[in-house]
Amino acid sequence: MFKNVGLKILAFMFVSGFMLLSAGTIKIGAIVSATGPASFLGDPELKTLQHYVKKINDEGGVNGQKIELVAYDTGASPKKAVTFVKRLINQDKVVAIIGPSTTGETMAVIRFVQRAKIPLISMAGAVVIINPVKKYVFKMVATDRMACQRIMQDLKKRKLTNLALISGSGGFGKSMRKQCKSVAPSYGIDIVADETYGKKDSDMTTQLLKIKNNKKVQAVLNPGFGQGPAIVTKNYRQLKIKQPLYQSHGVASKKFIEIAGKAANGVRLVAPPVVVADKLADSNPVKKVALAYKNEYEKAFHTQVASFGGHAYDSLYAIVAAIKAEHSTNPQKIRDGIENLKNFQGVDGVVNMSPTDHLGLDTKTGMVLLDIKNGDWSIVK
Amino acid sequence: MIELFGFLLSGVTVGFIYALVGIGFTVIYNSSGIINFSQGEFVMAGGMSAVFLLKAGLPLGVSFILAILITSMIGIVLYKLISFSKDSSQISLIILTLGFAIFLRGLAEVVFDKELHTMPSFIGDGSFDMYGTTLTYQSIVIMVVSILIVTFLYFFFKKTKTGQAMMAASINVDAARLMGINIKKILMINFALSAVIASIGGILLTPITSTNYEVGIMLGLKGFAAAIIGGLSNPFGAVAGGLVLGILESLIAGYISSEYKDAVAFVALLAILFFMPGGIFGNTKAQRV
Repeated sequence: MFKNVGLKILAFMFVSGFMLLSAGTIKIGAIVSATGPASFLGDPELKTLQHYVKKINDEGGVNGQKIELVAYDTGASPKKAVTFVKRLINQDKVVAIIGPSTTGETMAVIRFVQRAKIPLISMAGAVVIINPVKKYVFKMVATDRMACQRIMQDLKKRKLTNLALISGSGGFGKSMRKQCKSVAPSYGIDIVADETYGKKDSDMTTQLLKIKNNKKVQAVLNPGFGQGPAIVTKNYRQLKIKQPLYQSHGVASKKFIEIAGKAANGVRLVAPPVVVADKLADSNPVKKVALAYKNEYEKAFHTQVASFGGHAYDSLYAIVAAIKAEHSTNPQKIRDGIENLKNFQGVDGVVNMSPTDHLGLDTKTGMVLLDIKNGDWSIVK
Repeated sequence: MIELFGFLLSGVTVGFIYALVGIGFTVIYNSSGIINFSQGEFVMAGGMSAVFLLKAGLPLGVSFILAILITSMIGIVLYKLISFSKDSSQISLIILTLGFAIFLRGLAEVVFDKELHTMPSFIGDGSFDMYGTTLTYQSIVIMVVSILIVTFLYFFFKKTKTGQAMMAASINVDAARLMGINIKKILMINFALSAVIASIGGILLTPITSTNYEVGIMLGLKGFAAAIIGGLSNPFGAVAGGLVLGILESLIAGYISSEYKDAVAFVALLAILFFMPGGIFGNTKAQRV
């Protein structure tokens, strides 16, 4: 008896739930690494997605339909990313996917979205994701290659042509080191020293002593993420190395200044615009979006904005823009809509997609050159 | 020559950090024959608690003492888990400590957060310049405290009744029990003591390396290596092992390539395990597994 009733209720819930879903909502999938070693990426990304999906729904949804976010946490494991992508495609039947947060996971899932013909906007950094172009794969995050190019431009301008690298051995440091080495020759820059350190090392004095004793070095660049760059910066000042020190966008958060303390003053780095949203020139097209995002995030979560959350914002609003433009929630149409985005103003910069460019981010707006002065950012003119 | 001096000094600085973590391994191993793989997480717990207590506005001394107390409580909890375990073979207890480590990491993620934290060096951020390289005040504190801790342990194990009871328990549990030694109490004190040492380490390291919920993984691994190199049963050995490891890493980074630094350190560890299983001091008595 009870069994029967239970079954009926279950069946009813199932059917009605299904009807509700298929009638009213747009299902968007998200795969983020909200916990585990890449939680610094996934955590703000997930928060951003949840916050803005709610906001969009409160304001009436997209073309009258509400968005339903189906989010899974991968803990930065490519294996889990694959499982969840399959689940999003086959069971949840989402129309588009945001994520994963890291390059490794993204590369692992590309095959499956391509086959299922579901558009995916990755929030990871590396160039390989969109080069060569894959029909259903997009990303709007600045690549490490762009960061290298921006730094090399500056080095060339300052006539500092002999560069020393000291890179973290984590994924971020490794990938950026490779990109910087490959773009350096086109700016006439020689890599005269190439040191690395473990991402959990507690002292980099040895590597820096070698650089200090290398008479050719005119500038030092430290691609890395987390505590490593802060220790490098502290050791750099302790050893009183005179050459200018460049850091990557991996340290573009107030956390770095907090941890490196006074040693951070005088460091030059590249950063996504949201970090300095309030300092951008009013003429900068990114300012409005980035500042609004920054204020809203900081108000909602009571923590300093992390540049990574902006990737989630841009991905979500790109899909929304595509749905609005195509007046359809068909995955194929959404894909077309994303590919045709023109002058899309995101937190990370202005995006112009095309069939041959699935990044579409403009280098000028995508990366800002900063100096750290008195514990605060200052935009290099 | 000046270059060599710089590399050596950097190696010694790092070596004492490894040593400070390694000492904790020897204390628990000494009494129970268990390798406590949550040792790195104890270090993390000490550092993180201190940082957050400081942030909550407590004075320096109070937050340090509270952080040490909290960590020693965690040590006691681990001991309770171990004593409740139905399967008391060493291998399953060692796996239990591994599980506890993962649990602590997850707990820290929830209780604290996932961000990096640091605190100011309590004796100032300054450093001594010598021959083109430097020695920070904080590194000197770490060296002095490490030496103080091993000296304390030496006298504790040799001269006090509790310490001697611990040594007796480590040599033969049954005989010690027959002599009227309260094994349970002894073991509990040992886990607490080891956690206290770890938390002191965590507090001292934070101004140099900064801390977050997963800082214990690598520190634990390097501390373990230091303890193995020195022979697991000897706190002095852990200090020597830490120094060997630190100096080796630094010299390899300096003269060969920083790419091979970690690899060569672990190759040295393997070599020690193969050829001198009792550590560089050749104390084979400690072989219990």
